[in-house]
Amino acid sequence: MSLLGDVFDWFTSASSWRGSTGITHRLIEHARYTGAATFSAVVIAAPIAAWLGHRRRFGTLAMNIANVGQTLPTFAILVLVVQLVGTGSAPVVGPLALFLAMTLLAIPPIFTNVYTGIASVDDAYRDAARGLGMTTRQQLLHAEIPIAAPLLVTGLRIAVVQVIATATLGAYAGTGGLGRFIIDGFALQDYPQVFGGALLVAALAIIGDRALVAVERHVGPHSPQI
Amino acid sequence: MLGQVRSYDGNAWVDWQWVGDHLDEIRKAAQTHLVVTVEVVVLGVLIALPLALATARRPRLRSIVLGVSSLLYTIPSLAAFALLIPYTGLTSRWTVLIPLVSYTLVVLLRNFISGFDAVPPEARAAADGMGFSQRQRVLRVELPLALPAIMAGVRLATVSTIGLVTVSAIIGQQSLGLLIRDGLERDFRTLIVVGAVLALVLAVAVDLLLSAFSRALMPWRRAR
Repeated sequence: MSLLGDVFDWFTSASSWRGSTGITHRLIEHARYTGAATFSAVVIAAPIAAWLGHRRRFGTLAMNIANVGQTLPTFAILVLVVQLVGTGSAPVVGPLALFLAMTLLAIPPIFTNVYTGIASVDDAYRDAARGLGMTTRQQLLHAEIPIAAPLLVTGLRIAVVQVIATATLGAYAGTGGLGRFIIDGFALQDYPQVFGGALLVAALAIIGDRALVAVERHVGPHSPQI
Repeated sequence: MLGQVRSYDGNAWVDWQWVGDHLDEIRKAAQTHLVVTVEVVVLGVLIALPLALATARRPRLRSIVLGVSSLLYTIPSLAAFALLIPYTGLTSRWTVLIPLVSYTLVVLLRNFISGFDAVPPEARAAADGMGFSQRQRVLRVELPLALPAIMAGVRLATVSTIGLVTVSAIIGQQSLGLLIRDGLERDFRTLIVVGAVLALVLAVAVDLLLSAFSRALMPWRRAR
């Protein structure tokens, strides 16, 4: 079990944490990529999905988007986008390509969950909101979104987990983030670094997921009970 | 071999000359990709089916099984491969099979469980009334009735596995992903595009195939 000892040493040595290739910086990079891609996917997909869900139109489109999202091989999409966006022949690819690929991959779960969440709000609540004289905007903000909140957070959660994984693969395409420890560790045959990096990635994904599960539970009870 | 690359166009999106010269290599990569996918899904079904049946009337066990599988699902594939390498070895197929099989469990278990849950109690009672053994009841009543949900799960698991097998190329295992990896390393675009597009096409084709297969499997649902 000398590997685990070496991994422990890697985690506890100050040099692993410092500088632009240190754990702290890589962790921040990873979180930043994830945040940026998830945020822009929400901005792009959520309003359209919420509006379509409110109108209950294009339901098959929402399902198809979900299917396509699940069909897309992440790594292949990432590499193709990098090829499309990356300039010239240099293997150095700006985080822009990664950002675009991650946003693209985060859109389907968000779109589908927002659509389904809003569209499946009980007719009684929809009618009550309309009966109170609420505008479409008010109906969405004060009735439909709060009621659908748990499902909306589920979509966010699926997207975040997906994006954290994709950001890890991004290291292979030349960007930063925690995936660098895995990729660089392989290249240097520095297995404690590979293992330590993998542990960090797994921990980040699990913590992100659990945090959003907690949010999911908290937004739930607000929905009124008949 | 490397000298040959120079005679091809590294900047073209697809150098058809190269594709023509390497059809065998491409076919082999696609074949391996498919074989690994089938292995993963078959193992996943073999594990998920008995688990789903075993948890049918045990809510505690069910929530534990679902909790563990969704925890495993959260771990990004590249990290999972890296964590397994010290134990299973870099070149062992199990390094890829173990994580990918455990990812399929989330989808398969959820679909299988909801499929079995949806079996009407009357159908079960009728089977019991006809004197079916438990085995007969599962095979001849519950399984066919749960088949739509089961097939939906298998389809989803298969398609997402095709995508994840691509990632195994980063640790050097044979698949369409390895074409992508070689292309990135040699800075040869045709390889990248061929690998990525074929992975995409394979996923879509298998999805359509499984959808047709499940329709053929359930003639009684064709009226819909």
